Amino acid sequence: MNVEQAKQWLRQTSARLSEHKDELSTLDHALGDGDHGVNMHRGFQAVVEGLDEWEDLSLSSLMQKVGSTLVSKVGGAAGPLYGTAFMRMGAAWKGIEQVNGSAWSEGLSKAVEGIAQRGKTSTGDGTLLDVWSPVAEAFTEGEPSWDNIESAAYKGMEATEEMVVKKGRGALLGEQSVGHIDPGAVSSYYLFQELANTMKAGEQ
Amino acid sequence: MKKLMNDPEQIVTGFLEGLVAANREQLQRLEDTDVITRRVLKPQKVGIVSGGGSGHEPAHAGYVGAGMLDAAVAGEVFTSPGADQFLSAIQAVDQGEGVLLLVKNYNGDVMNVEMAQEMAEAEGISTEMVIINDDVAVSDVKQRRGIAGTVLVQKITGALAETGASLKEVKRVAEKTVNQTRSMSVALTPCTLPAVGQPSFDLADEEMEVGIGIHGERGVDRREVVTSEEIAKLLLDHILEEIPEQMPLALLVNGMGSTPLIEQYVLANDTIKQLEKKDRDVQHAFVGEYMTSLDMAGISLTLLALDEELSGYLQAPVQTVQWKQ
Repeated sequence: MNVEQAKQWLRQTSARLSEHKDELSTLDHALGDGDHGVNMHRGFQAVVEGLDEWEDLSLSSLMQKVGSTLVSKVGGAAGPLYGTAFMRMGAAWKGIEQVNGSAWSEGLSKAVEGIAQRGKTSTGDGTLLDVWSPVAEAFTEGEPSWDNIESAAYKGMEATEEMVVKKGRGALLGEQSVGHIDPGAVSSYYLFQELANTMKAGEQ
Repeated sequence: MKKLMNDPEQIVTGFLEGLVAANREQLQRLEDTDVITRRVLKPQKVGIVSGGGSGHEPAHAGYVGAGMLDAAVAGEVFTSPGADQFLSAIQAVDQGEGVLLLVKNYNGDVMNVEMAQEMAEAEGISTEMVIINDDVAVSDVKQRRGIAGTVLVQKITGALAETGASLKEVKRVAEKTVNQTRSMSVALTPCTLPAVGQPSFDLADEEMEVGIGIHGERGVDRREVVTSEEIAKLLLDHILEEIPEQMPLALLVNGMGSTPLIEQYVLANDTIKQLEKKDRDVQHAFVGEYMTSLDMAGISLTLLALDEELSGYLQAPVQTVQWKQ
């Protein structure tokens, strides 16, 4: 992935989140306060607005800028979690103009580590980490298989439906949280699906 | 949905601008932020910062002023502000004595404040965070939310900071106040987020939701609406379990946004009577809208177990938009 593809990925993600704004908020209604869609939409809209200004940034700096914009504009719990993930990817990709093979798995594992630290959470807690972690594992040493990555994200997202939520406002529901898919896992799935779409389009 | 507003996405900006416009001598908004600070800071004191999602007005900006907060950070409705906003507040009120952040116990708020603390530390500013979790409706103590009791913690901590106490001392008293404060609430109607436009949960005409938080999230129990006397008993039974016997009390009866003052005083009356029957000494009582949940109808009760130290700071003078004494 080069810096132009990264920008394309962010634009597509923003469009996708805006399209699914109400769906994400409705999912959040069951577990939280029903504003995940609105918050993610606001955050990625700010990212897309920033892209023109950040024209000359390296891939690493772009990811850092995306991270700090998400912290600032998404707010809530999703802001620091998504923001930390992008900032860690940016730090891992310092000096790299084209992310390939092992740089993918390096960047994604740093992002997963960041989310776990910031959210004091681990896999199985029914959060977006349950998507990010299997996705990071699906990046192996060689060139990524985008179909595998997309399906890892999908399975991770679906699995949150059966989990007892341990973090965030959903945790207040205890056992009642089972049967609800985590909205942060769904927005993460869209993010990775758009990554796969962007990268597959580049291969053609 | 009927609301007095313009663009729903600009409702927080409208509130902050309106608050400053109406209180220019006392308050200012930091440029390019949603941070409200005192117009003039008292020199050489620990800065007290609080904040969180909007929708809880007058919390928190209504408590900025002498004897209480130095700055309040406003997020979008029910959404924690970003770490950058907390950092701006910290930078604005630090005078070399450090800054204490009073944070309600929600993952988003805590994460953003922790990030801001890391950034402030990199700039050489000392900060401490005290997490407020007064809601006894949640049995798992780690998951307990911060609700109306937060304003009592802000009042006491702010009064102590005004005397020039150190960051360490201010933190100690804030933590002690948190440990001695317990709250619980009921909702009679849900609230409607301006940007969402539909009620946060469905509640039948004859039902009430017990143990709600302040974000329109579901409560822990739903039952038929009962009388004010019975609601007072229900909430007190839970709260008193965790309040040491013998200690004198401060009581806060807090309206959630759409409950008329006449009903708030009816509940205050029932609560005080029942406490007196149990030989509890209610030294101070506050009734009104201190920490709301948009247009939710409902009420929360907060009890704070007092000792001389806390009682003194609770009675100390305060000059904010909302709380003056």
